Amino acid sequence: MTQASEQAGSTSATETIPAIQMAGIVKEFHSRGDVVRAVDGVDLEIGSGEFFSLLGPSGCGKTTTMRMIAGFEEPTHGEVRLYGASVLGVPPHKRDVNMVFQSYALFPHMNVFENVAFGLRRKKTAKDEVTRRVGEIIETVGLSGREKRRPRELSGGQQQRVALARALVNQPRALLLDEPLGALDLKLRQAMEVELKRIQREVGITFIYVTHDQGEALTMSDRIAVMNEGRVEQLGTPRDIYARPATRFVAGFIGTSNILSGPVTSAAGGSVVILDGDGQHVEATLRDGLSLSAGDTAEITVRPEKVSIKPDADGCAGCRLRGTVTEVVYLGTSTNYNVVTSTGDEITVFVQNSDDSAELAERGADVWLTWDPRHSYVIGAQ
Amino acid sequence: MSAPTISPAPAPAASGSARPKARKPKKTGERLLHWFTWLIIIWLALPIAVVIAFSFNNPHGRFNYSWTGFTLKYWGPKLFAIPNLTTAMEHSLLVAVVATAGATILGTLAGLALGKYKFRGQGVTNLVQFACISAPEVVLGSSLATFFLQVRIQEGALTVIAAHIMFCVSFVAITVRARVVGLDPSVEEAARDLGASPWETFRLVTLPMIMPGVIAGAMLAFALSIDDFITTEFTSGSFMTYPLWIWSVSRQGLPPQVNVMGSIVFAVGVLFAIANSVISRRRAA
Ligand SMILES: Nc1ncnc2c1ncn2[C@@H]1O[C@H](COP(=O)(O)OP(=O)(O)O)[C@@H](O)[C@H]1O
Ligand SMILES: [Mg+2]
Repeated sequence: MTQASEQAGSTSATETIPAIQMAGIVKEFHSRGDVVRAVDGVDLEIGSGEFFSLLGPSGCGKTTTMRMIAGFEEPTHGEVRLYGASVLGVPPHKRDVNMVFQSYALFPHMNVFENVAFGLRRKKTAKDEVTRRVGEIIETVGLSGREKRRPRELSGGQQQRVALARALVNQPRALLLDEPLGALDLKLRQAMEVELKRIQREVGITFIYVTHDQGEALTMSDRIAVMNEGRVEQLGTPRDIYARPATRFVAGFIGTSNILSGPVTSAAGGSVVILDGDGQHVEATLRDGLSLSAGDTAEITVRPEKVSIKPDADGCAGCRLRGTVTEVVYLGTSTNYNVVTSTGDEITVFVQNSDDSAELAERGADVWLTWDPRHSYVIGAQ
Repeated sequence: MSAPTISPAPAPAASGSARPKARKPKKTGERLLHWFTWLIIIWLALPIAVVIAFSFNNPHGRFNYSWTGFTLKYWGPKLFAIPNLTTAMEHSLLVAVVATAGATILGTLAGLALGKYKFRGQGVTNLVQFACISAPEVVLGSSLATFFLQVRIQEGALTVIAAHIMFCVSFVAITVRARVVGLDPSVEEAARDLGASPWETFRLVTLPMIMPGVIAGAMLAFALSIDDFITTEFTSGSFMTYPLWIWSVSRQGLPPQVNVMGSIVFAVGVLFAIANSVISRRRAA
């Protein structure tokens, strides 16, 4: 608690300045004569106290981006600023950010207390203050009573907490976490997700969280930057990114999504129609900054749980599309239908099993798919 | 052990009763291995046992070759009754301590560089190290002697120390490198990240983690140095060490003091080895 208030006190003056700014960041590696562009033009602003995730597939440049914030790599172009001040050329031990490594990187020859006290002792913190702060943070991460243990005497989850405590005790201006839950099994990972979020709220420190796991990012983050091939594809809240993917990559990487494409028949008032007639109608919302006119080919996306399956489309005003069920998979809480539409696209539909009634449709049945046009978005155009 | 009882298919009575018994009588191969192991241990330990035993002998003449009676007198003040031997032992200890310190420092730095970085000439450095270890000592010793003669360096304590450092460095470098290669580089990065300067990172994190390798290398260096004969013979000039003194008097018969000193050196070595393995086991526990 004291940590949270101290933190708030020290940052109140700088509240309006983003904790971390990355402007035009490019990072190239030279290996065996080749030039690898690990990061290819990233601009980010991360607010103070935010839980910010970098999400993307393996090799997309997440770790490299994080290492440039920590100071282990220098950008080839661009600038990193911490609370407004450029940190170009500042070595890692002089940057006021701390990192939690995927391998935990605990000091094997020190016990839990010494591991956690390491950062404070480097700053010549008074002895009783070290004892007090280390004790507090060990309690926060739930490791009280294990101060004298060596890292190898702890389970994976406990080592994870030590790594977290060792970084947090320094009250850094930002905490960088590189796939910190990657080595834990599923149960523990889910428990730690909740834990991490609680700890972040409690200490009030900016978290920058790197992961390739969309579930983790959606669960914990205030905002997510989805990265692909060294670039940020989309930046937004979990809800934004899930419900309104901006690109085909984001739509495919996060959750399951259905993609329909077709020529625009009419465009008006921020939405386009790509199919109209014969009782069918497909319409989608345009994102700001995207404009299409009749004749262009549009790609639209709609999430599986937003679509309903009906025997007929009578009285339905929204999107309506005919199709044939090709697969029915019962999943306990929901049922999964695969439908091939009259346009030849394959659409997945999740239906919540909220009552015990029989399936809505059988394999081979002709059905109507309907959804609200607010739930379909244009993600791109050719 | 309980496997037969929980096996789902009830085994026929004959095989069920045979199975627990089958583990007790050892197979011929196993028994052979057992005896062979003991044979090797005795084979290796016998010369040492003889040296230690004859340090308690009370020889009548100059020759300490046949058992003539038990005494403890050479383990007392009489140990230092031969001034030349005492001086030679002092020289050997001095050389071993200085050479071990020098070789440990240089070898640790070399091992760190070889294990951690990729640099030009790394392959050559590795090769030279293994060449140093595998080259016949006579060749190394004689070429060193030629070298010192060519550049007109007076042979003595310093040339012996230099030569010992030279042949010990590779052993330290190799044991340290093996340790460094196994380190997770992010542990050092974590130290930097937590505010440790490069020097603090080395002193507080890297060095403690490679310490078992450093200690093993240092012990190896000490053991190689204290009883080195060939290289020392080529580079010592008139400087006398313990092995050289033994060689010089061996034809006139070796006094029991030689055995006592040899036993002490051996005992100290064994103590260090035990201490090292106890410490590293405690660390690993
Ligand atoms: N030190 C390096 N030298 C050469 N290439 C590197 C180095 N670090 C990363 N890369 C390359 O940069 C790309 C991005 O890597 P990284 O940032 O680790 O991705 P992620 O963390 O998203 O999996 C990869 O293609 C990787 O091979
Ligand atoms: Mg990574």
